[in-house]
Amino acid sequence: MKYLHLVWAALLRRKTRTVLTILSVLVAFLLFGLLDGVRAAFNAGETLAGVDRMVVSSRFSIIQPLPESLVARVQAVPGVRKVTWANWFGGYYQEPKNQLIIFAVGPDYFEVYPDYGITKPMIDAFGRTRTGVLVGASLAKRFGWKVGDKLPVKGSIFPDKATGETTWIFDIVGIYEAPTAKSRALEQQVMLRWKYFDEANAYGSGSVGWIIVQVTNPQESANVARAIDALSVNSDHETKTQTEREFNLSFAKQIGDIGLIVTAIIGAVFFTLMLLTGNTMAQAVRERIPEFATLKTLGFTDRSVLGLVFMESVLLIVIGGVLGLALASVLTPLVSAASGGMLQLPPIGLRSWLVGLALMVAVGAIVGVLPALRAMRLRIVDALAGR
Amino acid sequence: MSALIEIRDVNKAYVRGRQSVEVLHNVTLDIAQGDFLALMGPSGSGKTTLLNLIGGLDSPTGGSIAVGGKRIDTLGGTALAKWRSENVGFIFQFYNLLPMLTAQKNVEVPLLLTKLSAAERRRNASIALTLVNLADRASHKPNELSGGQQQRVAIARAIVSDPTVLVCDEPTGDLDRQSAEEVLRLLQVLNREHGKTIVMVTHDPKAAEHATHTLHLEKGTLVEAAA
Repeated sequence: MKYLHLVWAALLRRKTRTVLTILSVLVAFLLFGLLDGVRAAFNAGETLAGVDRMVVSSRFSIIQPLPESLVARVQAVPGVRKVTWANWFGGYYQEPKNQLIIFAVGPDYFEVYPDYGITKPMIDAFGRTRTGVLVGASLAKRFGWKVGDKLPVKGSIFPDKATGETTWIFDIVGIYEAPTAKSRALEQQVMLRWKYFDEANAYGSGSVGWIIVQVTNPQESANVARAIDALSVNSDHETKTQTEREFNLSFAKQIGDIGLIVTAIIGAVFFTLMLLTGNTMAQAVRERIPEFATLKTLGFTDRSVLGLVFMESVLLIVIGGVLGLALASVLTPLVSAASGGMLQLPPIGLRSWLVGLALMVAVGAIVGVLPALRAMRLRIVDALAGR
Repeated sequence: MSALIEIRDVNKAYVRGRQSVEVLHNVTLDIAQGDFLALMGPSGSGKTTLLNLIGGLDSPTGGSIAVGGKRIDTLGGTALAKWRSENVGFIFQFYNLLPMLTAQKNVEVPLLLTKLSAAERRRNASIALTLVNLADRASHKPNELSGGQQQRVAIARAIVSDPTVLVCDEPTGDLDRQSAEEVLRLLQVLNREHGKTIVMVTHDPKAAEHATHTLHLEKGTLVEAAA
């Protein structure tokens, strides 16, 4: 520690350069903090996942529908308490940029999913109105919707059988508020009646997107899943029963391997960071060759000089990195709040801090190694003579 | 006086490209304890090379160098660094202070290699700065000091760990006459009153007049010795 003031003085020698370098490190670790959170969020899947619920979907593809007739057979499997189902209904409101998350949901859907906070009057109104939809409060606030409004939606897949158009007109019968901050993302959804969807869409009837199963005993989930999948073995609609988390991962992976994409982005950021800070360190050491020669003249050993440059390099990265991760810690809840719960970034936890600190030390050591070796190997008489 | 520094048949050659250039030829010299020796000679005569060898900054190609009875030409890099920190104080033409540190902190740098506590380091550095009459400039950085003051800080740094030998390479080469005179008088005080053995390279005959002995080097060979 007694050498710390020497290292600190070296960092302050070119204040502008040091500040700019720290800023670039800060940005890199801010991105690391946020993206690591995104990666974790995707890997964690839907945070509402409960161990007592499972999802039955096509074994071959998540977009492959299942026959409605399967629902009753699944309901009959021992260990199954309740069954409901849903279909994806993509579309937008007014402009393509206003994409909506719309599900056509079967009966008892909100009993299986109390997380939505749907009230009894809403469920009653939903049951009474054929074209009725329930919309989340965040979404309603964003577009200024209220109960009783007509909601025109331009469907991205399904045309209306009656008109042949992909524009559907729904009636807003309820606006729900998620009961917890954790389930706030659900307020971005629109729920319509599956029965209406099935009757009115032009692509045939009698199929469901996926079936949601509530089990009697969560400890028996694996056995129940095997029994459900056995129902359709060797049929044209073989199923795969999985946890909600795995199902949500499959959904997200339609975009691509999020984990790989994020890892690649982080890798590119750190590669660039290493080039940048490596160059800065090389320049900083090159400028101070006479000073290192002086230190050696005074009796500092080659190893001491090597250690000083390493300390300088690691300290530079650690300062920027800690500031970046701290900023990410502050921004993470703000990003989650700003997304209306759509993006539930987990807080920067101990694991992220430990990985981040290890990365800081590793990056600092890597970018410091060549300048440190140069400082260590310099010959005093040559350096003092300016050779 | 007994010989503190014993130089025997020292040769030094540098390899530059494909050529080997011999800078010192069979130099034999004794420097007594408490001596103030001026080394003079034209550029390229090898005086700085000889000074570097005496200070343990470089090793001879041949021959032997002993300081206080200890052979330094056989020491490895780490041992030589330790020996320098304990036995030699260096004063350069361009001061070679660390620009971001205050005068006080600059003087403390050699003490970082000792086991002294921070308080002891501060106290010793303050004493050294007082000795060179710069106690009131302790908190100033080098760029806030004149050339003469910077060189006095460098002298304080050179003496703070109480070395046996002071090695000075053109210590007045960058100073005006008045500052040079102050620095030379300070070296004389260190030599006469504190018993420091001083070896000084200089081009300046007036500077050499402050030494007790002057030696001339020409083409790597001692050509003249004057009392």
